[in-house]
Amino acid sequence: MKLYHISFNNLRRRKGKMIFLVVGLLIGIATIVALMSITDSMASDIEERLNRFGANIVMVPRNDNLSLSYGGITVGGVSYTMKELDEADLPKIRKIKNSMNIGIIAPKVLGIKKIKGKEALLMGADIEAELTLKTWWQYAGTLANSKKELILGSEAAKTLALAIGDIVELGDSQLTVAAILQSTGGQEDGIVIGDLHEIQRILGKEGKISLVEIAAFCRGCPISEMTLQIAEKFPNARVTALKQAVMAKMQSIELVKSFSYGIAGLVIFIGSLLVFVTMMGSVNERTREIGIFRAIGFRQGHVMQIMLLEAIVVGLIGGVLGYIIGSFIAWGVIPYVIKGGTFSGPDFPLGGISIILAVSLSLLASLYPAHKASRLDPSAALRAL
Amino acid sequence: MIIPQNLIEIKDVGKDYLDGDTLVSAIAKMDISIDDGEFVGIMGQSGSGKSTLLSILGGLNQPTRGRVVVDTLDIYELSSEQRADFRSEYIGIIFQSFQLIPYLTVKENIKLPMAITGLKAKTQEEMALNVLNKVGLENKANRLPDQLSGGEQERVAIARAIVNNPPILLADEPTGNLDSKTAGEVISLLKQLNKEGQTIIMVTHNPEMCRHSGRTIHVKDGRLSS
Repeated sequence: MKLYHISFNNLRRRKGKMIFLVVGLLIGIATIVALMSITDSMASDIEERLNRFGANIVMVPRNDNLSLSYGGITVGGVSYTMKELDEADLPKIRKIKNSMNIGIIAPKVLGIKKIKGKEALLMGADIEAELTLKTWWQYAGTLANSKKELILGSEAAKTLALAIGDIVELGDSQLTVAAILQSTGGQEDGIVIGDLHEIQRILGKEGKISLVEIAAFCRGCPISEMTLQIAEKFPNARVTALKQAVMAKMQSIELVKSFSYGIAGLVIFIGSLLVFVTMMGSVNERTREIGIFRAIGFRQGHVMQIMLLEAIVVGLIGGVLGYIIGSFIAWGVIPYVIKGGTFSGPDFPLGGISIILAVSLSLLASLYPAHKASRLDPSAALRAL
Repeated sequence: MIIPQNLIEIKDVGKDYLDGDTLVSAIAKMDISIDDGEFVGIMGQSGSGKSTLLSILGGLNQPTRGRVVVDTLDIYELSSEQRADFRSEYIGIIFQSFQLIPYLTVKENIKLPMAITGLKAKTQEEMALNVLNKVGLENKANRLPDQLSGGEQERVAIARAIVNNPPILLADEPTGNLDSKTAGEVISLLKQLNKEGQTIIMVTHNPEMCRHSGRTIHVKDGRLSS
């Protein structure tokens, strides 16, 4: 007979009490695990969406000439004598060390052309990549994904007096205004956008690229290093990381995480309170028993050991079951809260943390009741006999 | 080596309680000496102070005044934890209403005092079986207390009290909840233990039970009455 036999037998033969304690912890831990798993999936989903939400690396030709601001981004010089990048070199971007973190690559060619007698800034772009990258673009009209289509910025449409369906002659090409962007307040309000290769041909810049916007994102991935890796591949280009964009993305994710940590903290508090109240109740119920232990010679430390060992066992069971049930909840809930989301599988470090947390909480909540139990005056306890 | 004349000496012991604002004296003043191997009955009416006296003897209840010396040890000079060790080594207590741990089997209840002794499992098993045989419950070792009769529970309580071979056995109304036949069996068992050398101090309000003790101390209103 050892002290742990007393703890185990108490838990084994007082199943109702143990189940109540375990359930209290289990609810807390399951909620935390489910919340953390769902938040993690949400963060991944947000990351994925943010990957498509604007670029965070810009590559422009190295140029000592004038610079032109576009979309709030200062890009390399755009002038009649400006240098260009070769479109054929672009696949090199996907060969850098951190290529896994590269999302969308949106190359563009820029040039000036007269439309209806007025000079207009033409931008040739991969329209599909551009629309994926610029999710804030809203437009009127319909895009048929044709090379002969133009998208006009709102200011450009007004200045050039063009409407959807109008035909625009650019060199030997006749292009149709398929869509007009709603005002964004950015540089795109004043530009005329067309298919990359068609505009390259119109501008006489076949195979040339004026700037490349790159969406790269990963949790804690080294954006600065990635810019260096790209710069190594393109010695004639200037590669700039837009740290603000990364910071904004991180902040969005941190916001979601902080919210879930807040909820988790609240649940932990309620869970611990439940264990504390139950343990205190248990001490009061077991006054007689503790009196007997003390009367037959158990020291205060022996009584504490019995009670704390029970708390550890309850914490272990609550932690393991809470983790399993929480993971199942996350598995069931994620597809409903995240469109197309799936549970990424058991998170074993989270499991370890959950079990440690459950045991610590159970111990912490039992510390005072156990101390109180051990300090019971045996004669007072025996008066209750 | 100095051998103490008396195993237990109670000198000028008194115990007062506060009942609200009123000071109540449970034990006014008592001087008692008990020799090794004695079977002493403490008799008195309900509220006479006999149970308080027993708890003071067991190192469970600090007296307001006086000294309790057991085997040269002034037990209330010891710290609370030292007194717990003293109880483990010197005292076996048979509680009124048995006071068995409901979630432990008969054998586990009997082994309970050994849980803190560091004795090996095999030794514990042998000692538990030995006392189970002594109280005649060897075939009910794995039962839970609520599966036993009152008399059987009392015998388990006795077995638990004697398993560590304590020199002093304190019994608080050991026959109070038993029918006369079972009470007789329990008294026989206590007499047998006393014959084997155990010092027994039994509290009872039943004069019939005190007939079996070697000496009877009468307590009335917190004082020795004879």
